[in-house]
Amino acid sequence: MTAQARPIYLDYQATTPVDARVMETMTPFFTEAFGNPHSTSHAYGWEARDAVEAARQQVAAMINADPREVVFTSGATESNNMAIKGVARFFEGRKGHMIAPVTEHKCVLESMKYAQKLGYEITWLPVAADGLIDPAAVKDAIREDTALVSVMQVNNEIGTIQPVAEIGAICREAGVYFHTDAAQASGKAKIDVVEMNADLLSLSAHKMYGPMGIGALYVRRKPRVRLEPLMDGGGQERTMRSGTLPAPLVVGFGKAAEIVTAERDTEETRVRDLRDRLLKGLQQRVPDLYVNGSMEHRVAGNLNVGFKGIDSEALMDALKERVAISSGSACTSAAVEPSYVLRALGLSDEDAHASVRLCVGRMTTADEIEVAIDAISDAVRTLRADGAQVSVA
Amino acid sequence: MTACYLDHNATTPLGMPAREAMARAIEVTGNPSSVHAFGRDARKIVEDARASVAELAGIAPANVIFTSGGSEANNTILRGVAADTIITSAVEHASLLDAVPDALRIPVDADGVVRLDALALALEGAEGRTLVSVMAANNETGVVQPIAEVSALCKDAGALLHVDAIQWAAKRPLFEITAYADAVSLSAHKFQGPAGTGAILIKDGVAFEPLVRGGGQERRRRAGTENVVGIAGFGAAAAAALQALPEYARIGALRDRIETELSDGARFYGQDADRLANTTCIAMPGVSAETQVMAFDLAGVAVSAGSACSSGKVEPSHVLLAMGLSKDEAAQAIRVSLGPDTTEEDVDRFIAAWRDLYRRTSRAGEAA
Repeated sequence: MTAQARPIYLDYQATTPVDARVMETMTPFFTEAFGNPHSTSHAYGWEARDAVEAARQQVAAMINADPREVVFTSGATESNNMAIKGVARFFEGRKGHMIAPVTEHKCVLESMKYAQKLGYEITWLPVAADGLIDPAAVKDAIREDTALVSVMQVNNEIGTIQPVAEIGAICREAGVYFHTDAAQASGKAKIDVVEMNADLLSLSAHKMYGPMGIGALYVRRKPRVRLEPLMDGGGQERTMRSGTLPAPLVVGFGKAAEIVTAERDTEETRVRDLRDRLLKGLQQRVPDLYVNGSMEHRVAGNLNVGFKGIDSEALMDALKERVAISSGSACTSAAVEPSYVLRALGLSDEDAHASVRLCVGRMTTADEIEVAIDAISDAVRTLRADGAQVSVA
Repeated sequence: MTACYLDHNATTPLGMPAREAMARAIEVTGNPSSVHAFGRDARKIVEDARASVAELAGIAPANVIFTSGGSEANNTILRGVAADTIITSAVEHASLLDAVPDALRIPVDADGVVRLDALALALEGAEGRTLVSVMAANNETGVVQPIAEVSALCKDAGALLHVDAIQWAAKRPLFEITAYADAVSLSAHKFQGPAGTGAILIKDGVAFEPLVRGGGQERRRRAGTENVVGIAGFGAAAAAALQALPEYARIGALRDRIETELSDGARFYGQDADRLANTTCIAMPGVSAETQVMAFDLAGVAVSAGSACSSGKVEPSHVLLAMGLSKDEAAQAIRVSLGPDTTEEDVDRFIAAWRDLYRRTSRAGEAA
């Protein structure tokens, strides 16, 4: 893949390339060290198991957890399902209430609907125009029978960072479990389970320059969090998650975590500068541009901007040879309905439709930002000119 | 590191076709659900792999649902299909038995083959919607189940049939299973594909509640960003498996040589049944499986005492107990499972190690 032949990638929230260092670490586990980490009777198995446990420590270190609190899963979607459905099933009949903002990822919303089927009442918290929820609203919503509060750390569309530490403290005081979907924070923002009082926290490797098909659920040990497993079977992962662990993917996840731990702070600064440069460049060239969501409480790489009067589908199409962007989250990007996240901020259908997500990442260069500014502003100008002609005609 | 790997039913080394496909796929950065060029490239990888798996299975690509592996596939179907009664065999994989602890378990005969008369009786007595789950071939003994007959009984009773074909796939033609089953579970790492990916093969019209919900991936039947690289490897392994089926005649001959050469001393379980060509379940009288696998490991031969996921446990195999073995007998059995890369030399080495241990332990027994 040559940079010249490919569009510029500004969709780091959909997925990220695998870091070359991650790739190098994973490779031997695809080939000579191929053992099943659950085989206890021979050296192939031991070698894979040792590598898995080393990776577990690396992931734990990234989020300030104990390695025994890290349960590997197939990804953040499974982690979110496991956390919410698992708590719902464990406390079925004993508790009857859960809380989540309306701007959560689809898989959290769907898992909450599952809890609803089990008899739980869900309080859907509204967000302010900047995309943030008010911790006081969480406090007010907590009831005697509340089992779980689930608030994502970083939003997948608008990149806003919720006040998770404050929410966590409120939940801890009330004796309610706090789950946070940190898929979009993975590798992009500081994650500290102690600071944020998280009981359950979902991670994704492919959002942090690791491989797809692997993620984790942090499950607090003290005080112990109780939940039913999503998958039963061989009893792997301390019976919390059955199924053969894909050792190469786990190893890759571990390496990706190690890199994040070492480089996050410097990378965050660099990525934020590029993102700010992108916004400034667009603001200088394109009139009638609006930013969706708080700029202050926002993950470093993310921008979500609207171009008045533009159809985001047409914009993406016009840019397809030059810049890869998206109109929202990847899993719904083929959908035609406007983003429910942007609608929750109070945007009209039209303004939501005119918005795109731009996300800068580890491999983005300053040159790419300049080219992207040119390409996007040109495309917007052309589309607006065409639109004007159409409306004149 | 040991050099002779005879534990292919636990996991297999990644084959060259999968390795190459994955190396290509990892160069593609893209979420298959993204509509831009990166996303479309990733989507193409996923859909090409789906076509390969479908071809291996003799079904349409739309009937292949990718999962994170065999355990997830089993859990999804067993928990997701609306059923008032669930019937399984007594020798299913633990991931399946544990997913449905209340299921009715049909006994097997001394060879490990499910008792069709018992299944017929159970189906007769079953109330409401019934789901039957019987594995195609056992992971510990390789014993093959009469899926065509099981399917006929299910059809008569109006029951749905799920088949765990995780050990069967790539060793025998998969269409012999998909032709009869309403849902089939597969795992890539059991046939030279990567760990972390598997599939449900589903007949049209068979409804189930998804286990993992969220985005609309896999036609709303399995949410979560697809494991693109893993799926690429799965597809390549499936394509290679279709070509490699004849290889199992050679592997069967190797397995048979083990059994012939060790027939003086060893006991074999499931030997009289139709079995997968690569598997043999061998007991060394008077020697615990733990002692055996440790001794073989020292001799550079990797085998296992039962299935990998339970090989840390000390309980005897539920499969062998179901076949009527005593706990002591079951505790002396190991599983040897061969693969396409197994050579005559590997087999020689295992036979020599087995004989050596047998001699040493029986001499120790005589001395005592």
